[in-house]
Amino acid sequence: MSSFSVTEPTQRSKWIAGALVISYALITMIPLVWILLTGFKSPADAISYPPKVVFDPTLEGYVNLFTTRTRQTQEFLEANPPQNWADEIVRQYDMVIVGPSKFGERFMNSVIIGFGSTFLSIFLGTLAAYAFSRFKVPLKDDLLFFILSTRMMPPVAVAIPIFLMFRNLGLSDTHLGMILLYTGVNISLAVWLLKGFIDEIPREYEEAALIDGYTRFQAFYKVVLPQAATGIASTAIFCLIFAWNEYAFAVLLTSANAQTAPPFIPTIIGIGGLDWPAVAAGATIFLIPVMIFTILMRKHLLRGITFGAVRK
Amino acid sequence: MSDRTIDRVAQATPVRVARKIRGLSDRAIAWIFISPTIFLLLAINIFPLIWTIQLSFTNYKANRIGREVKDVGFRNYERILTDSDTWLNMQATAHFLFWTIFFQVLIGFTLAWLINKKFKGNDLWTTIIVLPMMLSPAVVGNFWKFLYQPQIGLFNYIVSWFTGKDPSSFEMLGSVTLAPWAIVIVDTWMWTPFVMLICLAGLRSIPDYIYEAAEIDRASKLRQFFTITIPMVLPFLMLAVLFRGIENFKMFDLVVQLTGGGPGSVTELTSINLKREAFEKWRTGYASAYAIILFVTVFGLASIYVKALNKVKQR
Repeated sequence: MSSFSVTEPTQRSKWIAGALVISYALITMIPLVWILLTGFKSPADAISYPPKVVFDPTLEGYVNLFTTRTRQTQEFLEANPPQNWADEIVRQYDMVIVGPSKFGERFMNSVIIGFGSTFLSIFLGTLAAYAFSRFKVPLKDDLLFFILSTRMMPPVAVAIPIFLMFRNLGLSDTHLGMILLYTGVNISLAVWLLKGFIDEIPREYEEAALIDGYTRFQAFYKVVLPQAATGIASTAIFCLIFAWNEYAFAVLLTSANAQTAPPFIPTIIGIGGLDWPAVAAGATIFLIPVMIFTILMRKHLLRGITFGAVRK
Repeated sequence: MSDRTIDRVAQATPVRVARKIRGLSDRAIAWIFISPTIFLLLAINIFPLIWTIQLSFTNYKANRIGREVKDVGFRNYERILTDSDTWLNMQATAHFLFWTIFFQVLIGFTLAWLINKKFKGNDLWTTIIVLPMMLSPAVVGNFWKFLYQPQIGLFNYIVSWFTGKDPSSFEMLGSVTLAPWAIVIVDTWMWTPFVMLICLAGLRSIPDYIYEAAEIDRASKLRQFFTITIPMVLPFLMLAVLFRGIENFKMFDLVVQLTGGGPGSVTELTSINLKREAFEKWRTGYASAYAIILFVTVFGLASIYVKALNKVKQR
């Protein structure tokens, strides 16, 4: 753009705008940076007044997050010298590590349920989206409204009949039940977003393939799928982030077996007293994958969060 | 061959013949592709809704299996609508809705407007600003509880640093007057980027030539802002408000972690009350009626709003 354009903001207004936006960004990052820092503090540093920005970093929070510990007598501690660095950390409190905590298990549940439901949503969603995009299907025009209306019910309200249904089907507190539930919640979004992406692929490509003797199905997976790859990837990330972050269904419908990390992380605080570093450590591990995914798919972010209503 | 012809040929061709010609017909493929999704939607969305409606007319309690279930007609609805606590929850929800939307629109639009000045590195900073919105509300809400601690919390420390008040003199989550604002602050922190992103899309959709024409007509910058920028962004802004409105009406995870509805019930939003009725007191029938009332409320308000939105779009 030439410097003579009347619509180009002046250098000074750019400067002011930049300064204001950057200060907002820095302020908005404070809680997240604080989570990261608290994870490396000792419990005493975490609750000191005034709040400490400079401190001796320790992995105590992470050790406490992944282990369960018990207090031992002096004789026992002297008879059993620490085996590794993690042992040494807990020794300062006269404790020994007796086993892993539930965090690893809960985190794996999040991974299994998150990826399972994402895979299923994308698999079914891509098929349905293709059909909605290319064929005449009854009620096609009501689809968006239907999708939106399923999102108007509070999750707590949906959880009541789902709870009863899962109890009757033996799906309570199982991975399969949660995968099916999250797929059911995600699929409308997935179909709608994917339909938008497939609509953008010119039909001429498939028609050319059909004329060359491909069957419709071959045309779908040899021509359309590769073209829609970016759209499918970003839709998948959206489904994954939803399942990953979901709390209401998880806290109401899962407990000992299939509980995911979001309902578990807040309960860490109850295990070892006021152990905020362990909570912060858990939060850090849990939040970082989402941050990475957000940065990777920033171009399609808007489309995902508005159910494809705004495409840019 | 145009797609229309393909469709028409496909529809006119009996499935058996089509299979001989080239595998499955388009119609068969369409149904094979769509039916699993339809089935899942029926099982997870439609069937539970119908079941909830049916339960709402009974005195069913999910924790007492084998107890006789009686049909109570509209009594659950009557009791909910005449209960003064229901209206207190609605008020708390309305307060939360109004102020979160107010602040998010104000800050979100301002940020979008500033980012649209296209200063160097605006993409990077936009991505940073967007981060809070993508994170798990329960996990983040839980950590905000730590920031809000009276003596040791960072939030109280920063506020006291600016105002000179003693950081242990106020409790954001424990005070009846401050708690409703504590949840507004966290929600605003989290979701302002959402409004900002949508506004930014709106601002970027305004073609430069409109401003150029206004400049030739010697319209002042202020006038351009109010007669071009605002009206052109309005449909986008209204869409953002619709999404935030629906989401915050359903609000559960963030607030349950922050305050759990307390102190007393000043931050007990409708979803939190619903959870108490359904999963603590186990009044399943009553809670189902409550759920239906909430659904009808959101659905009604959203439909009216969408009509208004479409009118603005057409202008």
